[in-house]
Amino acid sequence: MLKCKFDVKGLDLYYSDFQALKKVDLEMSENEIMAFIGPSGCGKSTFLRTLNRMNDIVEGCRIEGKILLDGKDIYAKNVDVNQLRKRVGMVFQKPNPFPQSVYDNIAYGPITHGIRKKTDLDEIVEKALKDAAIWEEVKDRLRKSALGLSGGQQQRLCIARALAVEPEILLMDEPTSALDPVSTGTIEDLMVELREKYTIIIVTHNMQQATRISDKTAFFLMGEVIEYGKTIDIFSNPKHKRTENYITGRFG
Amino acid sequence: MRNVKDRLRAWDFKEILAVWVFRICACGSIAAIALICLFLFLGGGPAIIEIGLTNFLFGRSWAPLNIPAEFGVLPMIAGSVYITVGAVIIGVPIGIFTAVFLAFMCPKKLHKLLKPIINLLAGIPSVVYGFFGMRAIVPVIRNISLALTDGGSGASILSASVLLGIMILPTIIAISESSIRAISKEYYEGALALGASHVRSVFFVVVPAAKSGILASVVLGIGRAVGETMAVVMVAGNQAMIPIFPEGIFRGGRSLTANIVLEMAYATDLHRDALIATAIVLFCFIFLINIIFTFLVRKDKN
Ligand SMILES: Nc1ncnc2c1ncn2[C@@H]1O[C@H](COP(=O)(O)OP(=O)(O)OP(=O)(O)O)[C@@H](O)[C@H]1O
Ligand SMILES: [Mg+2]
Repeated sequence: MLKCKFDVKGLDLYYSDFQALKKVDLEMSENEIMAFIGPSGCGKSTFLRTLNRMNDIVEGCRIEGKILLDGKDIYAKNVDVNQLRKRVGMVFQKPNPFPQSVYDNIAYGPITHGIRKKTDLDEIVEKALKDAAIWEEVKDRLRKSALGLSGGQQQRLCIARALAVEPEILLMDEPTSALDPVSTGTIEDLMVELREKYTIIIVTHNMQQATRISDKTAFFLMGEVIEYGKTIDIFSNPKHKRTENYITGRFG
Repeated sequence: MRNVKDRLRAWDFKEILAVWVFRICACGSIAAIALICLFLFLGGGPAIIEIGLTNFLFGRSWAPLNIPAEFGVLPMIAGSVYITVGAVIIGVPIGIFTAVFLAFMCPKKLHKLLKPIINLLAGIPSVVYGFFGMRAIVPVIRNISLALTDGGSGASILSASVLLGIMILPTIIAISESSIRAISKEYYEGALALGASHVRSVFFVVVPAAKSGILASVVLGIGRAVGETMAVVMVAGNQAMIPIFPEGIFRGGRSLTANIVLEMAYATDLHRDALIATAIVLFCFIFLINIIFTFLVRKDKN
């Protein structure tokens, strides 16, 4: 049995008076890739962003229910949100490297968390870039602007940036939706490798991607989790008609 | 069918008319600038030739009524530079911090209150600022100056710098704030997601990302400071002397603009032309500043 990382219980989320998530119950285990699928606007990103409390910055957003990380409520009063976000890293849909050098992009996180020694930073930067399979491409241009990289490289840079703070969990919101098949393949391989060390939660619109890389899948619809379980089961043998319609493309 | 054609024709006419209106307006502004240049260089050029370019620019004495008269604008160039640098040192940090505060840290309600107030600051006539400076800044500077140096009336370079530092705030705040706001939220979220605090995300990611816009605001602020006349005349003391740092900032100084406005009323002949030549120097300063501004904005776009 894999260790349960996130345990979500009866989660409701409201944007002002609009309810975006309804009674979501989910469990996510260590060393697994969990995929969220579902039509646009069904609340996948919203749910993902509750896991590292990025919704805190959205005005008028409030939640009910519980999210436990290693058994502890992440919305409890005494939780240090910055520390939580260090443990739960995030990669965004659109690559968003800072308009700084490649090196500074990666070093920003570790420096934020108190690592100042140049040699330590050098080491972390190199390791993160290697882990994200982009070291070979950028090792000669560490001091150049990250904005000069291609979209796929930028996204891997963002993954490296997230890895550099040594998170336990990596949230990825459609990390490959803006990328060509080759870059997508690289990033997928990367995720499968990263699974050894991290818990990965990914939002995707790409059914093949979900089947290729994920162990578990959750299907969202209108803010509800309609079905979740082993990816093989969901795709070969969906229990709900609506899940089946969606994954076979008959949705609408 | 015919109906459509008629309508098209009417539209065509309006379109052509509009284009011409725009063209004429554009030509008008260009003509205005061309005329100003022409006036400046025709009026001041001969004076510069007569005085001699080096004598004019680097002459340390401005004594138009002496015999023989001396027309060195170096004291005024120095005065303008001193006053402006001081204004930048005082106004820029405050302006940038205020902009960051407005963009990222202040509650919406407070923003609604503060923003119009800051805009109002931009609309206050400079003579009113001048009064404020005379009554509120000059006495304070006089006391400081008496304590630190042996004298000083308070009407000084420093007073002008403080006052101008306040006057350039609205420019710096408005442009910096909008350029900070224009920085995509993704950078901010990216930094937060790494576990950086709000303040750290803002200062180490968002603000650097907005640096060319912020620089542009500073350059525009400098432009305003260099060109300001009335308020400076009222608080700077206006002695045409080259200030010597550091006591010099507690002594009176004269800016290029002040030089022109103080003497234009009674100047004749070469004296008058030398004042126009002073305006040329001022014009070159502003021109330079604008070039820098354009350059920065262009760099920002790429
Ligand atoms: N900041 C917000 N304020 C108000 N409503 C929001 C906000 N963000 C999202 N919503 C709403 O919440 C619902 C879920 O949005 P969410 O972004 O989570 O969808 P999604 O499943 O990620 O869609 P997509 O696949 O298109 O990314 C949508 O109806 C959306 O309009
Ligand atoms: Mg989304």
